Amino acid sequence: MSRKELRVRKIKNGTVIDHISPGYALKVIKILEIDEKSNDIVSIAMNVPSSDGEKKDIVKVEDRELESNEVDKIALIAPNATINIIEDYEVKEKYDVELPRKVKDVIKCSNNNCISNTREPVAYQFEIKQKSPVRLKCIYCKNIMEGDLSDYLL
Amino acid sequence: MKFNDRDIVSINDFSKKEIKEILESAEDVEGEKKDILEGKVLANLFFEPSTRTRLSFETAMKQLGGKVISLSSTQASSISKGESLADTVRVIEGYSDSIVLRHPKEGAAKMASKFTDNPIINAGDGSNEHPTQTLTDLYTIWKEKKEITGLNIGVVGDLKYGRTVHSLLLPLADFDVNIYLISPLQLRIRKESMEQLKGEEKNGFVEEKTSVEEVIEELDVLYVTRIQKERFAESQEYEKVAGSYKIDMDLLKKAKDDIILMHPLPRVDEISPEVDNSSYARYFEQSANGVAIRKALLELILGEE
Ligand SMILES: Nc1ncnc2c1ncn2[C@@H]1O[C@H](COP(=O)(O)OP(=O)(O)O)[C@@H](O)[C@H]1O
Ligand SMILES: [Zn+2]
Repeated sequence: MSRKELRVRKIKNGTVIDHISPGYALKVIKILEIDEKSNDIVSIAMNVPSSDGEKKDIVKVEDRELESNEVDKIALIAPNATINIIEDYEVKEKYDVELPRKVKDVIKCSNNNCISNTREPVAYQFEIKQKSPVRLKCIYCKNIMEGDLSDYLL
Repeated sequence: MKFNDRDIVSINDFSKKEIKEILESAEDVEGEKKDILEGKVLANLFFEPSTRTRLSFETAMKQLGGKVISLSSTQASSISKGESLADTVRVIEGYSDSIVLRHPKEGAAKMASKFTDNPIINAGDGSNEHPTQTLTDLYTIWKEKKEITGLNIGVVGDLKYGRTVHSLLLPLADFDVNIYLISPLQLRIRKESMEQLKGEEKNGFVEEKTSVEEVIEELDVLYVTRIQKERFAESQEYEKVAGSYKIDMDLLKKAKDDIILMHPLPRVDEISPEVDNSSYARYFEQSANGVAIRKALLELILGEE
């Protein structure tokens, strides 16, 4: 881990979100609700070359573990991301983000005329039709969502 | 067969085998008056105006000996100002054995079905689905042609926004028919619907055409739908397009002798009135068939044994 590819300094404890689709780091930051009011220590690397020759973004957040709905949201906009849990400077656990077969209350339906976009007491719910590139289907109106989904994340 | 308390939300909830069984049941109950649903109450809950669907459900229920309570669209909309659909459905559940729901929002029937144990019958949810109409269409084709598989079916009109067409095409493709999609370029079927129609296990072909003339000779069924003015920026453009899709006797001269002409109604001027008395017209029969299909469904979900 001391190789030169480690562009930002090592963190002692926290989470490294790696292999984010290039350009999407700021959207990941938004998902994690990191803004001018938060105190998280965060480093961002964008468009860095990755081992497979492609470009990727990386986000490192100190002293924080991700909630499962945060991981689902990341999977929706960056399906190839990996989550590395760092403890005492070492990668203690590492996994690929993986969308479950259904997601609930992580993204809203893009169809304005969908019953889930009304004041009815129902959660937004989607079936995952395809994981990468992501393709979702609203269980209510059957609307298919794909492409950049970041504007619809809850 | 028995559908005990099953919701009728989407045509896709039914297998091909179940669809066939529904069509056969419809043939059995067509024209019959029975009292098997005596003591049962059907609630018509329409948040949008409807005459055909509402009245045909009413007729169907009454011909089976059941009763109907109805909320008109004005009453329903005054309710919906103060109350959620989820609540309304739970209230109406207390008065009835099943609810027929029409609602302007897509997915409304699916949602409603989560709030009641009584069966919800989707009578149209926005531009999404209208499964009893779809079954009526399938019944009409099956009844007229004895067999659906292998037919050449042309569907003309607004294939992009029209809900009737979309819901009908999928089950038709499952029956391995050949489909001609006939529409102006700007109203062609959406990419994802096309992909579904061309699924691997389907044995018929699907072709897109821009004029009826090109294919009229091949067709066993021509299903006509309306091209709506609202879809066009300029009314001149609309007049031109709509005019070129009008079905008249001149066109039908080139067709097979036993072609049948269908239309979900109401029609505006996409089929010329001179066609009504020809041997091809089936749209009024199609509408009447809606009663048989709805009777079959009501018997399947509410009947005793
Ligand atoms: N202690 C640490 N502090 C900060 N970043 C780390 C640390 N350990 C690993 N990383 C970063 O976490 C990511 C995952 O590392 P690695 O296990 O080598 O993943 P991969 O095989 O997916 O490239 C890399 O971007 C790496 O630079
Ligand atoms: Zn939806």
